[in-house]
Amino acid sequence: MTKRTALYDTHIKYGGKIVEFAGYELPVQYKNGIIFEHNIVRNGVGLFDVSHMGEVLITGENAENALQKLVTNRVSTIAENQCRYTLMCYASGGIVDDLLIYKYNTKKYLLVVNAANVDKDFDWIINNLDEGAKAENISNGITQIAIQGPKSKDVLSKITDMSKIPEKMYHFADNIDVGGIECLVSTTGYTGESGYEVYCDNKFASKLYEILMTAGSEFDIQPIGLGARDTLRFESSMPLYGHELTKDTLATEVGLDMFVKLDCDFIGRDALVANKPKYERIGLILIDKGIAREHFEVLDKEGNIIGMTTSGGICPTIGGAYAMARVLLSSDTEEVYIQVRNKRLLAKRVDLPFYKRSK
Amino acid sequence: MKYLSSHEWLKQNGNLAKIGISAFAAEELGDIVFVDLPEVGDEVIANETFAEIESVKAVSEVNSPVSGTVVAVNEAVVDSPESVNEDALEAWFIEVEVTEVSDKLLTEDEYQASIE
Repeated sequence: MTKRTALYDTHIKYGGKIVEFAGYELPVQYKNGIIFEHNIVRNGVGLFDVSHMGEVLITGENAENALQKLVTNRVSTIAENQCRYTLMCYASGGIVDDLLIYKYNTKKYLLVVNAANVDKDFDWIINNLDEGAKAENISNGITQIAIQGPKSKDVLSKITDMSKIPEKMYHFADNIDVGGIECLVSTTGYTGESGYEVYCDNKFASKLYEILMTAGSEFDIQPIGLGARDTLRFESSMPLYGHELTKDTLATEVGLDMFVKLDCDFIGRDALVANKPKYERIGLILIDKGIAREHFEVLDKEGNIIGMTTSGGICPTIGGAYAMARVLLSSDTEEVYIQVRNKRLLAKRVDLPFYKRSK
Repeated sequence: MKYLSSHEWLKQNGNLAKIGISAFAAEELGDIVFVDLPEVGDEVIANETFAEIESVKAVSEVNSPVSGTVVAVNEAVVDSPESVNEDALEAWFIEVEVTEVSDKLLTEDEYQASIE
């Protein structure tokens, strides 16, 4: 049975075209379409309902050590009120999920995980949490709204005291009054633009959304759906679980080495040290006309299969059709072919990210 | 103008015909980002797929309302796929020298009724 976030009626009010995603009914787009919404976020400001994401609270005297055992990035150096991106691994070194750790203090951490993985992640955490720490799945009561785009700060400034909001990215502040509603505000996002993620209790969901829409109306703020959420993260080359990250991909094979600290002790570390990575994540631009999607074979110039695409599509801001692919490390990938249904399309390797916002 | 229930339209002019997709189909697809058309000289067969049209999120097949030989391809649609969203009834894909017409064609009224 599909679920609805507390903002479902709001999405209908704004004309959202509802689809099913991760067990939830959510808008894929609104009436002006995905490309319009993508450009709004790159140039202005947009609002996303991301309440389907999961939140797990880890608390206890031993929270820091218990959490470190579960994640690949270093926990001890996270500052209070800082957010840190990390992977969580199986004993094989394959990936359970990617997530953000919000550190309150050494005895309290909030984990924000992918919507599609909430139950799986929570079970994994519960089964692998050391003594002296407790995990609570608090996802169902929490509404999360992302406000993203260069004008995000202008909008937020109208409804909150900005001296209480962190300046730097990947930080957060809790118990913040946003338009009269108590919220957690973090300088995080999944679009490649500056912005915030705002969390509140479900009972304030539509009120908070409308407060943001009203504050943003002079900046032409728009509601944004899942379609643009994907084109934005894809254009910024951000990984998506189920695509770039899976239980069969080693944490050292996904181009996220910065977030995998092999000198830390975590589940999967030994396997990662013992098994050298065989694959890498690369970016490709299509040279021949056509669009590559996920799970198409990638071949070298001689026609040998060297891997497959993990995500693909158009990049509306920079123009062109691109793909991220998982390919054998040993391959020559300057020029490759992507098997797009019955056609082999030529593609050229490009650096990641495809798009990076200018300062 | 005639239609297939799969949302393609047909405009006949003597033994030539132009083919495109309906405004309803374009609206349903969302932003169109790529149209993959056959070449001049290719054969098309009534009721069978002759092209693919891609939106941001999906690929869809386009079926031909006629059999015949492709005599012209609309490069404007290939260069600017968004023109299909702008005016679907003007954005023709191919022009065909017709040998046979589909037996499954709908009139404009029948098509409109089918999408109510």
